[in-house]
Amino acid sequence: MTRLRINLEKCVACLECIDLCPCNAIQYDQTAVYIDQSCTLCGLCFSKCRFDAIHYKEVLPEKPSTENKMNTAGHKGIMIFGEQREGQLQEVVRELLGEGKRLAVQLDTTVSVVLLGMHTDALAKELFAFGADRIFQIDHPLLDYFNDELYADMIVQVVRQYTPEIFLVGATTYGKSLAPRIASRLDTGLTADCTRLEIDAEKRLLKQTRPAFGGNLMATIICPIHRPQMCTVCPKIMLPIEPDFEKTGQVIKPNIVFSKGIKTKIVEHIKLKSNHANLSDAEIIVSAGRGIQKLQNLELIRALADCLGAAVGASRALVDSGWIAYSHQIGQTGISVRPKIYFACGISGAMQHLAGMMSAKYIIAINKDPDASIFKVAHLGLVGNIEQIVPALINEIKSHYHY
Amino acid sequence: MNIIVCVKQVPASATVAINRDTHTMIREENNSMINPFDLYALEEAVRHKETHGGKITAISMGIPQTEDLLREVVAIGADHAVLLSDIAFAGADTLATAYTLASGIQKINVYDLIICGRQSTDGDTAQVGPSLAEKLGISHVTCVSKIDEISKDCIRCHRLVEDGYEVIEMRLPGLITVVKEINEPRLPSLFGLRRAAKAEIPVWSAADINIDLKLCGISGSPTYVIDTFTPDYHVENEILIGSPEEQAKTAVEKLSEILYTVGAF
Ligand SMILES: Cc1cc2nc3c(=O)[nH]c(=O)nc-3n(C[C@H](O)[C@H](O)[C@H](O)COP(=O)(O)OP(=O)(O)OC[C@H]3O[C@@H](n4cnc5c(N)ncnc54)[C@H](O)[C@@H]3O)c2cc1C
Repeated sequence: MTRLRINLEKCVACLECIDLCPCNAIQYDQTAVYIDQSCTLCGLCFSKCRFDAIHYKEVLPEKPSTENKMNTAGHKGIMIFGEQREGQLQEVVRELLGEGKRLAVQLDTTVSVVLLGMHTDALAKELFAFGADRIFQIDHPLLDYFNDELYADMIVQVVRQYTPEIFLVGATTYGKSLAPRIASRLDTGLTADCTRLEIDAEKRLLKQTRPAFGGNLMATIICPIHRPQMCTVCPKIMLPIEPDFEKTGQVIKPNIVFSKGIKTKIVEHIKLKSNHANLSDAEIIVSAGRGIQKLQNLELIRALADCLGAAVGASRALVDSGWIAYSHQIGQTGISVRPKIYFACGISGAMQHLAGMMSAKYIIAINKDPDASIFKVAHLGLVGNIEQIVPALINEIKSHYHY
Repeated sequence: MNIIVCVKQVPASATVAINRDTHTMIREENNSMINPFDLYALEEAVRHKETHGGKITAISMGIPQTEDLLREVVAIGADHAVLLSDIAFAGADTLATAYTLASGIQKINVYDLIICGRQSTDGDTAQVGPSLAEKLGISHVTCVSKIDEISKDCIRCHRLVEDGYEVIEMRLPGLITVVKEINEPRLPSLFGLRRAAKAEIPVWSAADINIDLKLCGISGSPTYVIDTFTPDYHVENEILIGSPEEQAKTAVEKLSEILYTVGAF
């Protein structure tokens, strides 16, 4: 069974997809182009089809067999992993709460948080302020520091007891390590790095959207018959609500058992300031892409950043070239940012890059190609060569601000 | 020490390789390649074997043509490679993939350490490693940037986190996923290529690994893609024209306006 379909109304038999397919799954028999069973749904063909002729077809299991069908009706509510580090709530938790509230309204349900740690009462207050209705709090010295095994054990027990229909986790290093363990034990689906969540209220489905297929596409994914519906969500995309510190809620201390014999131990945590190049807190970011063309031109970008007091970011293409450290990479596989102003210099605007910076308040793009997709998302576009535009900008900023 | 390395075939055009000496793009002739992250996993295994001995088995779930890539893996230094290939595996999401790989690994049976790339360049979820560890009932550490030491029943390694790194000890058997900071992968040697040409690469079907058909491929995948689209961002945008100086002047005027309204200063 394949889920890719070629629309013969649109297909002109250019046959480019046949060459492109890594699996040799596309065939042409003089009358039609079709996709055979070797298709692994890598998606390369339809991201590249110039005629928009290849589509995903929704093929849900026609009649889910009864053993396959879970009783989704018993599952209710939205649950969030309340990630904290050293007694600080991770920013993404507040964002998930904001988003969770929005989803909960549509499902007419509540939002709860699983809070693991040691002495976390202050955090519970904060969680209520940011929208939590209920908190499942497990306070234990063993949970003070993140541990995949223990945290997964605790959360699985809470999920089994309180059966949420949706479980959201921030796509942090810990979240991305923990969520697949939980989903795997619960035998449910998990969508990575979502950038948009929507609800199909009638079917009570969470529509999870993420950048996909190595090209310029977004994919919307559902998990129809397994519960909870799980995903990790990119930080800096969703918006927290205005906190209300008067608000309280119910704190539940679930009954859990600690398994014996933990096999992983954190010996040491060494902090390096520079790991994310201060990007996550920067108000202004100046990012460079392959369009800077020469390593020397990175100095231009740094100079522009310096005169704006900005942090320097980069596209993956630049990081892959070895010109700048991975810690500067912005995007789906780098860091997500939400600065007030974002400069994209010589960046084409691939979906994976956009995924990390679209929530910037104001985007300024500099690119020599007037048709570059970055201009579609930029508030202001400057068309021209980096080598000329950037120095001109620096001059102008210096004279404008008299220094 | 028996090490298993998980590798995946990915479409080559999804990534662009850059020649580090000339800083030019390498255009791939082939349509598919080994997931670059998995090469770091393999390299780490080979380095360990070179200094401490042991055996490396590579495993992949994929279409029959993946055999060619597994030969490359043997050429680089794996002792054996196994391909899990069956129509029943097609369309697997990360859960079904983890289950299938786990079934294959259970058939291999003897292992101390499993090394995976942190993520694949096409699916890009970073979920298969941890999910596989769970299916096998072993521990895992993601984002490993350095292995300090592997003893008979314990590994000590560095895990890259947002604000630095952690030193973690994990009892074996266990699974790690590695990031590209960990090493510089080698190319296959001529001797390796010769060995690989003769290597036997068993292909195991669903029946061979005793798998529950309901749990693999599309039927074992809880998630479904229901839509793909190119997003329409609807931004009110202004594209400037004119000489660099003219554009810069207008831009900075705008910028100072914006700086007040969005309050960056
Ligand atoms: C699974 C996956 C994950 C990914 N994750 C990320 C990620 O996290 N972050 C990320 O950034 N990318 C990511 N990518 C890569 C992404 O798809 C793009 O390949 C990448 O963002 C392109 O970088 P770029 O815009 O710098 O380069 P290009 O796409 O090559 O664009 C260069 C641009 O510069 C312009 N230009 C060239 N010369 C000049 C000049 N002299 N003056 C002005 N403009 C010029 C060109 O017109 C072009 O628009 C990912 C890809 C995959 C498959």
